[in-house]
Amino acid sequence: MSEAAAHHDAHHEHHATGMMRWLTTTNHKDIGTMYLIFSLIMFFIGGSMAMIIRLELFQPGLQFVNPQFFNSMTTMHALVMIFGAVMPAWTGFANWLVPLMIGAPDMALPRLNNWSFWILPFAFSLLLGTLFMPGGAPAGGWTMYPPLVLQTGEAFPFLIFAVHFMGASSIAGAINIIATVFNMRAPGMTLMKLPLFVWTWIITAFLLIASIPVLAGAVTMLLTDKFFGTSFFSAAGGGDPVMFQHIFWFFGHPEVYILILPAFGIASAIIPTFARKPLFGYSSMVYAAAAIAFLSFIVWAHHMFTVGMPLAGELFFMYATVLIAVPTGVKVFNWVATMWQGSMTFETPMLFAIAFVVLFTIGGFSGLMLGVTPVDFQYHDTYFVVAHFHYVLVTGAIYSLIAGTYFWLPKMTGHMYDEKLGKLHFWLSTISVNVLFFPQHFLGLAGMPRRIPDYAVQFADWNMVSSIGGFVFGASQLLFVIGIVKCIRGGEKATAQVWEGAHGLEWTLPSPAPYHTFSEPPPAASIEGGMR
Amino acid sequence: MASTSVQRTANRKLVGQLLVLTAMMFGFGYALVPLYNVFCEVTGINGKTGRLSQVQAATLVPDKAREITVEFVTNVNAGLPWNFRPLQDKVVVHPGVLTSVAFEMGNRANYGIVGQAIPSLAPQTAARYFSKTECFCFARQPLAAGEQKTVPVRFIIDPKIPADVDRVTLSYTFFEAPPAPEPQAAVKGSAPNT
Repeated sequence: MSEAAAHHDAHHEHHATGMMRWLTTTNHKDIGTMYLIFSLIMFFIGGSMAMIIRLELFQPGLQFVNPQFFNSMTTMHALVMIFGAVMPAWTGFANWLVPLMIGAPDMALPRLNNWSFWILPFAFSLLLGTLFMPGGAPAGGWTMYPPLVLQTGEAFPFLIFAVHFMGASSIAGAINIIATVFNMRAPGMTLMKLPLFVWTWIITAFLLIASIPVLAGAVTMLLTDKFFGTSFFSAAGGGDPVMFQHIFWFFGHPEVYILILPAFGIASAIIPTFARKPLFGYSSMVYAAAAIAFLSFIVWAHHMFTVGMPLAGELFFMYATVLIAVPTGVKVFNWVATMWQGSMTFETPMLFAIAFVVLFTIGGFSGLMLGVTPVDFQYHDTYFVVAHFHYVLVTGAIYSLIAGTYFWLPKMTGHMYDEKLGKLHFWLSTISVNVLFFPQHFLGLAGMPRRIPDYAVQFADWNMVSSIGGFVFGASQLLFVIGIVKCIRGGEKATAQVWEGAHGLEWTLPSPAPYHTFSEPPPAASIEGGMR
Repeated sequence: MASTSVQRTANRKLVGQLLVLTAMMFGFGYALVPLYNVFCEVTGINGKTGRLSQVQAATLVPDKAREITVEFVTNVNAGLPWNFRPLQDKVVVHPGVLTSVAFEMGNRANYGIVGQAIPSLAPQTAARYFSKTECFCFARQPLAAGEQKTVPVRFIIDPKIPADVDRVTLSYTFFEAPPAPEPQAAVKGSAPNT
């Protein structure tokens, strides 16, 4: 290796081949690709679990799986989708795009970058391995509330250590992204010229660093309660199980913005491109994202209005929660204003981005309803909550991930994706996702509890509708994979700019983006060009 | 070359700061535990009742004009083969007057078990005005196989209790005591005796 390196200059170091290339790579594009493929695999594993859930709920009664396994499916679906699909996908996009967008040659800490990715397969082997253990996979819900979670069988320590590993991976990724943006920006790329995807990721990275360690602490307390005789959450020993909920949601609420803030960044990149207008209200977008991040730390108890809080607490958390609608409303307003009088075209990324704005807003509205304490007492732990967080996570985070994939795939592969297939994917997904999740609002309002394998017959019709939507939505995602594979293999050559209205440093590079980019900082003119 | 070493120093410094922040937030997670307990103690919102000595209790001035109904609820946590019941469903007391009540507990198992009772008072706003001078919950309670026992509770309600409270519910849940003994339990609690 050192011999080989001596023969090459710094930018063309020797590459290992085959598997070793991927194990040892420190290139931000390689690592970004691995993150994205990993998260796509996890998306399908988590999706299969969702299919099992919808299959069992197709009809009342117990048909296919036993209740314990059903509960494992809801628990594992959430853990896999949150920590395996969405979070690594954002880190993957950040790896690919942040250096390109700020004109840096690579991430600031390339070896840490490699390490933070390669923790993930180990973390998820631990987690998914629990499916085959005596006593089954964790089934107490992804929120891991004691004392229920302490009844998990042999899977329990695996669950805790998997969470520790996932946390370590995302903290390492967050530190890397902050270091890259703070120290590696091209000359002239001031903070207020950063593309919004970079801005929202910076804010996300700080949320990760501030909240994931708290989760690590909480699950460590669970571990010591179970095995080492501590009584953090055991009432018999003077602890308090409700305290776990406070600590968990102190992490958990920032976590939901970790999942959605980069989605705001992607929508803010795509909508101006296809509206052929600059983003409306750039600086208000930055401040709104920062405001959302700050508020996310003082609203956690709205997840637990029904635990028996004093009135003053419920009022405080209600007002703080509803306040988040203001910066979020600013963002939605700005996206709509960006489209206003634009010369819009509706390529697949734009379709997904517009659907993101509309459907995420529906999820936001049901979130407002849940944030109002008195009505939350009715909605708490019903399918209304399930409908709410799937509107913000599936049609919010996942839609924006899909939009971003179609948007930047030509830059990554050098080929255009199949537009017809993309549009088919969009329309099938968008119709079916609403058939899937919209009826769950009705079920929840009628009182159907979440996390149960069986239900009263009054809920049968809408559950069947929801399941049909679920099967179609699940199947349509295969079109996504087909589209990606086709695009990697070939297709119409992509130009450097790819999209007529695209501006920003990544579009000044040839497609596919070369293995090493911005070894020399980009000229000031192209930085200004991204700002128009 | 100079610029890369400058950058390396900057990276190292920033990463160091971010790692310190990470460690601090991990510590903050643990700091939430005492913070939570202090917060509950100060506000009394955890339903945790207070504890007074006989001498302190004697300084409270009885308010014979007010009557407050105190109801009793008992629970045994799943898996503990004990009987546990109050010998009176409720008592009517004046604030500031020390009152004695009794509970009966018994071990149905054919082996000895140590239990720990955890009290809770509703409504939460009354908890900080409700104190005990003697309670079986102050210490762990060992019961031999088949043993039956009557245990007392002596409590007093602070006359400063909000005027709208005319009824409180005191509940106890017995848990199997965790293996490690608690050193604080023995200090002040008077011996639980019939």
